[in-house]
Amino acid sequence: MPFQDGPAGAPRSGALEGSEGRMFARGLKRKSSEDAEDADGGVAGLPAAPSYTLQRQSLLDMSLVKLQLCHMLVEPNLCRSVLIANTVRQIQEEMTQDGTWRVVAPQAAGRAPLDRLVSTEILCRSGREQEGEGDCPLPDPAPGQAPRRPQSSPWGLDGSREGRGGFQKSLDHIFETLENKTPGSVEELFSDVDSSYYDLDAVLTGMVGGAPTGPGLPAFAPTAAAPPSSTCRSDLGELEHTVEILVET
Amino acid sequence: MAGEGRARGGAGAGLRAGVLGGGAGRERAPDAPGVSAGAGGGGCPAGGNDLQWCFSQVKGAIDEDVAEADIISTVEFNYSGDLLATGDKGGRVVIFQREQENKSRPHSRGEYNVYSTFQSHEPEFDYLKSLEIEEKINKIRWLPQQNAAHFLLSTNDKTIKLWKISERDKRAEGYNLKDEDGRLRDPFRITALRVPILKPMDLMVEASPRRIFANAHTYHINSISVNSDHETYLSADDLRINLWHLEITDRSFNIVDIKPVNMEELTEVITAAEFHPHQCNVFVYSSSKGTIRLCDMRSSALCDRHSKFFEEPEDPSSRSFFSEIISSISDVRFSHSGRYMMTRDYLSVKVWDLNMESRPVETHQVHEYLRSKLCSLYENDCIFDKFECCWGGSDSAIMTGSYNNFFRMFDRNTRRDVTLEASRENSKPRASLKPRKVCTGGKRKKDEISVDSLDFNKKILHTAWHPAENIIAVAATNNLYIFQDKVN
Repeated sequence: MPFQDGPAGAPRSGALEGSEGRMFARGLKRKSSEDAEDADGGVAGLPAAPSYTLQRQSLLDMSLVKLQLCHMLVEPNLCRSVLIANTVRQIQEEMTQDGTWRVVAPQAAGRAPLDRLVSTEILCRSGREQEGEGDCPLPDPAPGQAPRRPQSSPWGLDGSREGRGGFQKSLDHIFETLENKTPGSVEELFSDVDSSYYDLDAVLTGMVGGAPTGPGLPAFAPTAAAPPSSTCRSDLGELEHTVEILVET
Repeated sequence: MAGEGRARGGAGAGLRAGVLGGGAGRERAPDAPGVSAGAGGGGCPAGGNDLQWCFSQVKGAIDEDVAEADIISTVEFNYSGDLLATGDKGGRVVIFQREQENKSRPHSRGEYNVYSTFQSHEPEFDYLKSLEIEEKINKIRWLPQQNAAHFLLSTNDKTIKLWKISERDKRAEGYNLKDEDGRLRDPFRITALRVPILKPMDLMVEASPRRIFANAHTYHINSISVNSDHETYLSADDLRINLWHLEITDRSFNIVDIKPVNMEELTEVITAAEFHPHQCNVFVYSSSKGTIRLCDMRSSALCDRHSKFFEEPEDPSSRSFFSEIISSISDVRFSHSGRYMMTRDYLSVKVWDLNMESRPVETHQVHEYLRSKLCSLYENDCIFDKFECCWGGSDSAIMTGSYNNFFRMFDRNTRRDVTLEASRENSKPRASLKPRKVCTGGKRKKDEISVDSLDFNKKILHTAWHPAENIIAVAATNNLYIFQDKVN
């Protein structure tokens, strides 16, 4: 299933490399030196098209990054998420047919549901640190890519929406994984998260200090009445705002 | 004063009754004042291209630095076209009113000036999910006018509000129990009683929220649509559509629910919905897979089973990983006649005959030159931009926005189309708009702009067309442009 090519008559090139290489995101991770040559070729003149598999893998990487990155405080757009997820599934299906989709864990076998696909990524990341580059087919960690995205693409767009802060996982995923993890590994999960949001999150869910509040919603009022101790380094304004909301001023 | 004494064509005058719907070469309602002589004369189609579009006004700051809150998120004319409402990301609504035309200069069109500004929605915090609810106004829909006041519905992601906009030009004076400045008088000091009298005062326009329709949507509201019965309306979010009565705020009926039992199986969402302009039991909703379902509320309480299903078969030769995304419909609008509907997907607008489900009767390419750039547009998220579209008053022309502050008009009769630009550079009063052209490859001619030079930050997502006249409102980020056809 090919990517869209340019209009008929234009030099045959993949969707990731146009006749002007500068149009395409420099933030995309190149996989091998072969591609570095392609990139250079792209600037100079007619490029050698990267292989279809490579293009497809890049698209998969990009899509998974998009699914993870979401607005910090506002709910992610469901339509966008569904469309990206469907794209991921399409690629996955094709790769499964090709035999290029390598299975890592039982839950990734065959047509993995969206939620588990993403959670696997989070788990994979911490696991990989111990094992080195495993045979996880999933892409490199998101934090590596997003901040590197240059602000000055020729289209004048900045990826600020996606690079904002360090808060790259949806709260849902965090809460889901937190239920299964011990307090110790919580640190790991939040290690690349902007600490102010960690604290905000902790304040709201009463998880600071590992005091279990049981299933369901913690009691907000008592937790909020006493703002966190000096461990909280967050912006005072933000904390005030949170406390205000919780005590409903 | 509020719109009563004005002899205007438009809403009542038969446009919406389908007299002019879809026909070739039909003239507009003869009682619409201000129509240029050329268009009113012998059989000239009231389309987008035989008219010469001219700059009329621009509203908004000139600053290069755009405040996020000032970005316009919806534009809508009311039924008569005398009022034009905009909503922005900061939750504010600004209503413009068309000035009475100057009798001494009958050919000059009335200008739109600010009539009322109010804060419709405030940011909220959802405690359960620890997430903010944006105050951005997603849609505004006017109610037909029934008395001196004007009513509109405005919605953000979660809550719909009914606003009453009314004028006050008299003030009561001579109260017994309080002074002119409001201080209470000591009852023991009052020796005589008087009847308060009404005195004229400077016109004041007040907006007050009359109904708040909340807590009925788990997902983000993308559409609201007032029914032709003028008593009910629908609101649609990603997975559900609810039916409301305008008087009742604590109850709504769920009429469509596409939420799967297991959210992991979710592959399709609702993207837009609208009531039929004349048949109060019929509505349509579009999906992220490029399909439209027409439902009849008489068939069952829960309209999960559609009466009609509109989908164009996919062209296998142009299939790619982005096919589904670009087929996602961002807007669906019925024609004024009610016989057709128009859908907007990422690269095209399609006109459908309600009697034919198998394919659209017309497909118009908006910016086909972007097809080869889809991967980049996916990467920078532009591929998810939701463009709206609208019909001209006589249904013979349609309009939609694009990038670089370009917008496109299609004349359905002559089959011609034109690309125009909303920019401050073309903003001399009554200056004609020059057609723009995008160069797709090869040698770029003078005045053409190449695809790579397009500014994808300047997107025209929201446009509106006056219900009776050739006046259009185009929202370009934080600026609102008003264009009119040239008067001979």
